[in-house]
Amino acid sequence: MSTPDTPKRSMRTPLSRVRNLGAAHSGTSDFWRQRLTGVAMTLLMLPVIVVVMMLLGSNQAGAKVILGSLPIALILLLFIFASAWHMKIGMQVVIEDYVHNEKLKLVAVMLNNFFSIAVALASTYAILKLSSGV
Amino acid sequence: MVEFALPKNSKITGGKTWPKPAGATDLREFRVYRWNPDDGKNPSVDTYYVDTNDCGPMVLDGLIWIKNHIDPSLTFRRSCREGVCGSCAMNIDGQNTLACTRSMHDVKDGAVKINPLPHQPVVKDLVPDLTNFYAQYASVEPWLKTTSPTPQKEWRQSHEDREKLDGLYECILCACCSTSCPSYWWNSERYLGPAALLQANRWVSDSRDEATGERLDNLEDPFRLYRCHTIMNCAKACPKGLNPAEAIAELKLKLVERQV
Repeated sequence: MSTPDTPKRSMRTPLSRVRNLGAAHSGTSDFWRQRLTGVAMTLLMLPVIVVVMMLLGSNQAGAKVILGSLPIALILLLFIFASAWHMKIGMQVVIEDYVHNEKLKLVAVMLNNFFSIAVALASTYAILKLSSGV
Repeated sequence: MVEFALPKNSKITGGKTWPKPAGATDLREFRVYRWNPDDGKNPSVDTYYVDTNDCGPMVLDGLIWIKNHIDPSLTFRRSCREGVCGSCAMNIDGQNTLACTRSMHDVKDGAVKINPLPHQPVVKDLVPDLTNFYAQYASVEPWLKTTSPTPQKEWRQSHEDREKLDGLYECILCACCSTSCPSYWWNSERYLGPAALLQANRWVSDSRDEATGERLDNLEDPFRLYRCHTIMNCAKACPKGLNPAEAIAELKLKLVERQV
């Protein structure tokens, strides 16, 4: 994540500055996963809307009955998994684009990971709790 | 964070309005960015009036006319004056393009506003410092790389394989695309930019080249390649009608192809 020396501070050649630390040999996995989760969310969007509409107006007992169905719980879990992962990758792209202070960038990327994992786990816990009828 | 405002010493101040040429009937107003590294002043925008009956139709003709008839200190790059060399790339009426292929009559309403290519250090007036841009081009090693013994005559290529280079080999490295790309503005030290990546794809797509994998290895990087977010300014700006965004998408596809 280091930024190459700017011309003002350095006597390195322009090519050396461009090559810097070399290629990270990564990024394709994130690119692929972003598309994968995007497609997954597109496919899951309609079923999720249907489930949410089914849940409208129902109390906790009603929600437990609806989420007690395995396909419905699975749809919601898959949607949470795909969207949290997509959110994590997307936000990291925004951070890398706009945050140029290296320390701040590291902290922001870390917090982004923590937040995405926390949201995913909290949602998963809520769905599992309701669907198991506890 | 990204800086959205210009630094103090870069803020543009009011410039000089040069007198209208005597006796001219058809005048076109040119507003041109001026900055001289030696006078210690902030940049300004000077206003000139060009006698369109006495000069060619292109924006570059107008600039040359100004330099010859009004202000010899006006500084800009130009060479071939026919869209082949890429020297006269500049921002005309808000669009990066070549001054030699943009007609001043295509600039609608009012003055022809000319600025240097955006987000590059300025050497003087309309001359940007493209050192980093050229180094990025050099970093993709734009030459044929082979390990097989060199054939006695030539490296052969089928017509079909040659066609794969169409839309790539025509790039003249004018930098209109890269300097129109917001991703390049924010991360030009690490993102290679549309021009260098289009050139990279030109060599990755060359059937005669034997270093395709190695080339892709050197591009596979969250910053070098994946800063492209398909904003498409590059394709809109390219004065040669090329599509660097598509070339970058092909690179991304090849990287997925060898992995998935």
